[in-house]
Amino acid sequence: MSTREQFRPPNHPHDHFLLTTVVGSYPKPKWLERERDAYDEGDRSEQHWTESVEDASRLITHEHERAGLDVVVDGEMRRTEMVEYFANRIDGYEFNGPVKVWGHNYFDKPSVVKEVTYEEPWLVDEFEFVDGVATRPVKVPITGPYTLANWSFDEHYGDTETLAYELADLVNEEIEKLVDAGARYIQIDEPALATTPDDHAIVGECLERIADDVPDDVRLGLHVCYGDYSRIYPEILDYPVEEYDVELANNDFDQLDVFTDHEFTKDFALGVVDAHVAEVETVGEIKDNIKKGLEVVPPERLTVSPDCGLKLLPREIAYQKMANLVTAAREVEAELDAGEVHVGTESPASAD
Amino acid sequence: MHRLATTTGLYPLPDWAKDELSALKGHQKEDLVDGDERSEVTNAYLRARSEIVDVQREAGLDRIVEGQLRWDDMLAHPLTVHDAVETGGIVRYYDNNNFYRDPIVTGELVHDGDVAADLEAAQSDDCGPLQAVLPDPYTLADLATDDYYGDEREFLAAVASFLADEVAAFPDVETLFLLAPSLAVSPPTDDLGGVTDALETVASATDAEVVVHPYWDAPPGRVYQALLDADVDALGYDLVAAADASLTNAREYGTPETVSLGVVDGQNTLVETRETIDERVAAFESVADGVDTAYLTTNAETFYIPVNRFEAKLAALGAAARPPEVQA
Repeated sequence: MSTREQFRPPNHPHDHFLLTTVVGSYPKPKWLERERDAYDEGDRSEQHWTESVEDASRLITHEHERAGLDVVVDGEMRRTEMVEYFANRIDGYEFNGPVKVWGHNYFDKPSVVKEVTYEEPWLVDEFEFVDGVATRPVKVPITGPYTLANWSFDEHYGDTETLAYELADLVNEEIEKLVDAGARYIQIDEPALATTPDDHAIVGECLERIADDVPDDVRLGLHVCYGDYSRIYPEILDYPVEEYDVELANNDFDQLDVFTDHEFTKDFALGVVDAHVAEVETVGEIKDNIKKGLEVVPPERLTVSPDCGLKLLPREIAYQKMANLVTAAREVEAELDAGEVHVGTESPASAD
Repeated sequence: MHRLATTTGLYPLPDWAKDELSALKGHQKEDLVDGDERSEVTNAYLRARSEIVDVQREAGLDRIVEGQLRWDDMLAHPLTVHDAVETGGIVRYYDNNNFYRDPIVTGELVHDGDVAADLEAAQSDDCGPLQAVLPDPYTLADLATDDYYGDEREFLAAVASFLADEVAAFPDVETLFLLAPSLAVSPPTDDLGGVTDALETVASATDAEVVVHPYWDAPPGRVYQALLDADVDALGYDLVAAADASLTNAREYGTPETVSLGVVDGQNTLVETRETIDERVAAFESVADGVDTAYLTTNAETFYIPVNRFEAKLAALGAAARPPEVQA
């Protein structure tokens, strides 16, 4: 049974509903970066820093609501990097310094030096705060166990598979706490699956360990980006998740046929704006992109989002992309209501 | 078996240099080195290179590399800075979470001199026995896109000839490591003659000892046999990521008298003990007769790991090439 209807706003203006949301990260306000530096240098108290983060979280949550999104996040204001944040909260990890990803882009890749164990909640405080200030439903993005394993140095377990399953049990524990706190939309981020597509069965086993305990009314999604989807699709359709969030705008929807060649049997969350181009797509362009999604699934299974987290963009560009995305989705809904949009891959019958 | 401690080069930048060069160069694709850097950038690389030469000397390495600190595009670097090459999109570097600019060859690959200049800069640090590092021609061709030669064999020969010209311009070096991951992970399926001709073109351009070092896997048997027959001085074995397959090749087909043994993991922070290194060497010795010299090295490049562990691994290699200290 679909979990989607609970996210339709009560005053939604159309019969059709294209769920609009984002992937997660968002540019941090410049003042928060300055506060972080001051805090790191010991010039701010713990309480002052907590208040700064909460101010930023409230501000960005409301910015998402102002853009009109149906499901919002707080732009991950508390988080640094998608592995580092969690590794800091899991016992068994240590940090040795930054490593190169490409050019002069680095991240603090952690090392697993002993058994990983769950010590303290990772995201419950974040969710409770955002849920408290938001007037719309809130989504929780969480880095998946395979990415937490694969994007770390393993000094202890000796193989990624074992480490990934150990971490899956910890992610499961965190998701149980999030569900208890009221979370109803959880997105598991597994970008490492794009790095090593041959490991798709390991990711599947990790998700089985997580999904087993998740109640039926909780929407579970999976985000995978920047890879060759033909190497993991259609196999990933067997995963126990309801929605797949993919990045296709970046390559101008070159890979769309991967998803039309084999029937897409779950909900499809389509990236309709590019997260790495600082040029705002027009509403018209985004509407065309949304309609590409309708070649894959019918409107009641289409979610509309950016390709990936927007944190590398200037904030005003990120905002405008979200606002245009929502406008485009609402206009396509109106056209769907009026029967003006064709759904599916077959050519529409001539109107003449 | 005589042991010599060395590395495969492509080091992590010292952390201060990561910060300084990030600030000077920027973070985007167009900010990467193009062979024509401004003096502040060149100066930062000079200081960083000098520092890593010292690290190698302190570690007691028998061969000193310049570190390939400028190689933003990893093994594709010799082409991405070339005038006859345009850089395309960012593409994944093998099966790693690392990316480089796709070098698209659009003109004749004439002599460039970029790599020789960095070696000369290291030599002026009076560093000791110098080792040059390059991709082998098959690997470099595999990482590139040919938009000029139009024929696979002709392109490979052109890449080899280009690399040979670069090598001919080198200052005196003791050893030349040709890093050859593509020979192992995306090996040639035909025209092995073209592959070995290309290797010999590069090897014949120098009097230095030439080591062909595949990693992440072992070359398939027929490729390995062709490498054994090629006129190069030594072959490499990845005893970390591909120990079983590497030992099988050595057992089945034999080895040259000089080998390079990847006994320290260039991609993991766990620092190998002397015992682990000795076990890996012993496993190789148990299947290989007649080896008189072994370079002990990291299996792969080391830019993947943080600086503190990189330094510890160099120290482990240096120590492993010397007789064990007797406990009092």
